[in-house]
Amino acid sequence: MNGAILVEVKNLSRFYGEFQAVKDVSFTIQKGEVLGFLGPNGAGKTTTMQIISGNLAPSGGSVTIAGHDLLEDPRAAKAALGYLPEQPPLYRDLTVDEYLDYCAALNRLPRSQHRPARDSAKERCGLQEVGRRLIGNLSKGFQQRVGIAQAIIHLPPVVILDEPTVGLDPIQIREIRTLIRELGKEHGVILSTHILPEVQAVCDHVQIIHKGELVLNESIEGLQQHMKSASLTVAFREEPDIALIEKIPAVTSVQKESKGRLRVSHEADRNPTEAILRLASEKNWGLQEIRPGRMSLEQVFMELTSDPQAEALVSAHHVANMETPSA
Amino acid sequence: MILTIGMRELRSMFLSPLAWSILAVVQLILAFLFLSRVELYQIYQPQLLAMESAPGVTEVVVPDLLGNAAIVLLLVVPLLTMRLVAEERRNKTLSLLFSAPISMTEIVLGKYLGVVLFLLMLLVLIGLMPLSLLTGSGLDFGLFFSGLLGLALLLAGFAAIGLFMSTLTQHPTVAAIGTFGALLLFWVLDWSGQGVAGGSVLAYLSLFNHYKPFLEGTFDSADAIYHVLLIFTFLALSIRRLDADRLGG
Repeated sequence: MNGAILVEVKNLSRFYGEFQAVKDVSFTIQKGEVLGFLGPNGAGKTTTMQIISGNLAPSGGSVTIAGHDLLEDPRAAKAALGYLPEQPPLYRDLTVDEYLDYCAALNRLPRSQHRPARDSAKERCGLQEVGRRLIGNLSKGFQQRVGIAQAIIHLPPVVILDEPTVGLDPIQIREIRTLIRELGKEHGVILSTHILPEVQAVCDHVQIIHKGELVLNESIEGLQQHMKSASLTVAFREEPDIALIEKIPAVTSVQKESKGRLRVSHEADRNPTEAILRLASEKNWGLQEIRPGRMSLEQVFMELTSDPQAEALVSAHHVANMETPSA
Repeated sequence: MILTIGMRELRSMFLSPLAWSILAVVQLILAFLFLSRVELYQIYQPQLLAMESAPGVTEVVVPDLLGNAAIVLLLVVPLLTMRLVAEERRNKTLSLLFSAPISMTEIVLGKYLGVVLFLLMLLVLIGLMPLSLLTGSGLDFGLFFSGLLGLALLLAGFAAIGLFMSTLTQHPTVAAIGTFGALLLFWVLDWSGQGVAGGSVLAYLSLFNHYKPFLEGTFDSADAIYHVLLIFTFLALSIRRLDADRLGG
């Protein structure tokens, strides 16, 4: 799976006038890796991608693609790169075949390879049927696929996709995700999105960017770990005595969710599961369910990207909820 | 690579009716002017025959035709060059070129080549008109080719200015108006400032003054260099402008 480092981004920053859109971002991508780039709108995702793809010059820092510095040897670096911008760069007055041939030529494939390259790109993106149609007449989903075909036609080691599933229907989204996973086997893929399940479905590695800064850089396994919060969800047939559970040493707080259902927070390194089990059988509360609580990726995301003020608001709300006995 | 981009530009012009209609309209208008000039020659032919060293048919028809062609094309070239970069910028297709392994110079030269190839086609069509006189008369080829060369250089200059204007904006119409204004200004530069100190500098910069000698059959290398310099300047400016796109954003 993991092999050579394909993309190395070091201390990247970018100013638009006074405004700093990207602040000191560094990361690497290895071969066979799908990197999910996550962030709210305006967080600097697209700017970062534009810089890596050579569409925008960075204000500081360096980008190395397949061993070539993007600023010093742009031609070699860009040859190792396929880029699908947010809006696919399609010429609406060309047919799919003509367009892909042109892209192959732009990427300096020899003339004899245009046809095989075009055919394999079309096959991978499911475009065999529409080769002779005008791009302007295709549906949005097919146009998006042509955009992806354009990015992979020269089999670049690095593929950068900026929000590739925006505006597609659920079936198309599934297809494109399958395609991306496929691509991830042979290429290094950078995928930007603000759709969280997409990241969980497709990526090996997740980065969250917020206000131009990387706030999280984790493998998907690491993220799973991150999402295991120190809490348990417990359900009983009988109404339990909350005070007794609160007395268990490791338990920090107990929150009632509904009738007989509790959310038990505990210290991270001590798990009170056994103690709760023992208590439940002693008091004959009729334990029905006990499972570790999990934060969704959404919660992790919100936690990392919400500003302190909003956080304070959320926790205040939380406390208020806890104080008023829920019906 | 320049050729690839150039051919793509040329093809895309012919994919829309724009190129065809421009060819048709220009040809129609110039054919009309050409015929009226030939008619004039026919009317005055008896008098001309009586004169000593009278102007030949080439001298009567060709400079006038090419002079008119320059003015018609001054109106038409902005329409051709306006979409070169502006439209790509507007449709966000420019990033296809920017993320491909090609330099800015190649992009600009490729686009320029596309327009110049089209203008050369137009030039050949215009050239065919005087050539048709060969069926009934002789032609002064020196004068004819000198005029065509002049027009070719002039059009190449127009195209370079148009390309530069197109790199400035994302609205093709703005690029067209800008180009038209710039071309017209270059054309009429010698109208003002006559008799004023420094006026001769303006007159020297005028495109028209460097086109006229070609029509009269004199090939002055200074005039040719003027056109070449103009082309280089605007191509270099276009490259710089596209580079600035990446830096500015």
